[in-house]
Amino acid sequence: MKPMNTGRIVVWGVFALVLLIAPQVFGSGLAITMLSQMGIAIIACLSYNMLLGQGGMLSFGHAVYTGLGSYMAIHALNVVGQGSLPIPVSTVPLVGGVAGMGFAVLFGYVTTRKAGNTFAMITLGMAELVFAMSLMFSDFFGGEAGVSSNRVVGQPFMGITFASAIQVYYLIALYTFVAVALMFAFTGTPLGRMLNAVRDNPERVEFIGYNPQRVRYTAFIIAGFFAGISGGLAALNFEIVTAEVVGAGRSGAYLLFTFLGGATFFFGPIIGAVLMVLAFVLLSEFTKAWLLYLGLMFLFMVMFAPGGIASLIMMNVRIAKFGKLKGLLSTYAALAVTGLFGLFGVGALLEMVYHRQLNAALGSELHYLGATLDAANLDSWIAMAAVMFVGFGVFELVRRKFIKQWSHVQEHIETEIKRRESL
Amino acid sequence: MSAFDQAEATPALELKDLRKSFGKSEIIRGVNLEVRAGERVAVIGPNGAGKSTLFNLISGRFQATSGEVLLHGERINGLKPFEINRKGLSRSFQITNIFPQLSVFENLRCSVLWSLGYKYTFLKFLVNLDDANAKAKELMEMIKLDKKRDVLAVNLTYAEQRALEIGITIGGGASVILLDEPTAGMSRSETTRFIALIKSVTEGKTLLTVEHDMGVVFGLADRIAVVVYGEVIAFDTPEAVRANARVQEAYLGSSVADAQAGGH
Repeated sequence: MKPMNTGRIVVWGVFALVLLIAPQVFGSGLAITMLSQMGIAIIACLSYNMLLGQGGMLSFGHAVYTGLGSYMAIHALNVVGQGSLPIPVSTVPLVGGVAGMGFAVLFGYVTTRKAGNTFAMITLGMAELVFAMSLMFSDFFGGEAGVSSNRVVGQPFMGITFASAIQVYYLIALYTFVAVALMFAFTGTPLGRMLNAVRDNPERVEFIGYNPQRVRYTAFIIAGFFAGISGGLAALNFEIVTAEVVGAGRSGAYLLFTFLGGATFFFGPIIGAVLMVLAFVLLSEFTKAWLLYLGLMFLFMVMFAPGGIASLIMMNVRIAKFGKLKGLLSTYAALAVTGLFGLFGVGALLEMVYHRQLNAALGSELHYLGATLDAANLDSWIAMAAVMFVGFGVFELVRRKFIKQWSHVQEHIETEIKRRESL
Repeated sequence: MSAFDQAEATPALELKDLRKSFGKSEIIRGVNLEVRAGERVAVIGPNGAGKSTLFNLISGRFQATSGEVLLHGERINGLKPFEINRKGLSRSFQITNIFPQLSVFENLRCSVLWSLGYKYTFLKFLVNLDDANAKAKELMEMIKLDKKRDVLAVNLTYAEQRALEIGITIGGGASVILLDEPTAGMSRSETTRFIALIKSVTEGKTLLTVEHDMGVVFGLADRIAVVVYGEVIAFDTPEAVRANARVQEAYLGSSVADAQAGGH
């Protein structure tokens, strides 16, 4: 390889450091479980983005490869437990990876023949097929109860038995770092670049010597491998695999959170994966309406920031490079405050609706972010509606000012670029 | 090489009674054409005559209903576009057909990868492929986009995108180049510059080009093929085509007179 530039070394160093010290900073049992899940989700979302962001393949069935990876890994773990497979427990996720790759070889041969809508439809069908099979073949899929296992088997390696969650976390962190590095490396290879070309214009690719189907298929297999690794790690982490891991809900989550994080940048899905775990573990604890909030969030993301969070970050990095970020900061603060104010009102109204529907037996009072609301009292409704309207009203005013400011900054950057070009 | 030898050598591209029907209508109705190696041939004809269809048949985008396409004497019809490309035939498109979300440099580098033998590899890094990077840089300079190296293709001007299209087309080092209306939509001054560019980058290659601007055609081509209603009604030197009564009647008319007046 060419010498790595310092910026890149710093980024990877920080990433390794974060993986290393995260459990020291967030040391509770819940935090470590969540960190483990984040590592698993990062690999899954990045492998998904090989298809979506890099290859333009909108797959509705990525959970097939993570899920089947999970199943193969947990069966492998059980075989290891019986003593008839002499491999260390730490390599069980690789079994998942090979399985994910194998199923991608099998199913991908069909799905990657077509691109675009046809590809999306076939993956949807494939996902339904596998989910239906999971209900039919209960020997392999374990039926309702799923397949459970015990990861504390075999010979301990340097005292590591994976009996504690922290040991599992560090195994996952190691896999995450290596998988992320490999997937990043892939983006810089001939196949990785041709995958982008196929995404942009599959027809033109055919006239520069490449078979776009083969490019898609090969990338699909590689993505299947990493998806399987993610599934294998999940099997090791939870010690149980149920049919929902190959379900449409899981596939949908990969799609939505990869999109939310940002499919156009390599690091976007990492953000998406972290948010996915936060939403599924924390948000679902806080409120019964969490899926509704998620849905609203996606709606606004798709409408106003289709490049995801990563693109928002990169837009501002660009502005910062031209020294124009400072002028926007106060507007950002105003947007945040007014937006949160409005959201507070929306949230209150939604929580009162949910409370009336689901918890009416517990009385009409509810606690909401430090406030006490009465779902049976009109005053609460009027007050919160007022908060919402005032919040969003002012937000809209700030937003109009922001848009002017934004286009002004963009114009400045354009002229600056032209000036530099003409030098 | 004498004129006699040249005529006897295997043609770079040969079409034998090529036919193509869409449903009941026959669009290409028995085309015969022999293009010698190193020759520049302009394909002209009225709109809807089948010029683009002809290119699509040669390049493998469409399958011929009957007849043969021979590239250096080897039959290529029935092959996939990428197989034909690997045998040394490359084409551009009438509608700009580039990789919009890749930079100029990346567009060109993609176009050279296969010919340099990198195929589907994911075990090498692009930054280390010195030959591919040098070739892409050379192409970038040839089409005069070296100042736009990292600009996404989607953000280029129309003329720059057309130049990039040419760059992608010649990138793989094909010996036979098909250009489908390379100057479509360009202003006259842009066209003049662009034709000079095409001449320089296709030096020594066999060139087939569809072109509407008669001034350009008579300045560029060694021979002109006139396609009318799915048939080649004339295939000869510019002078002979200009004098051909059938061509005048069928298609050229006043535009020949214009070219003569303007070009000479």
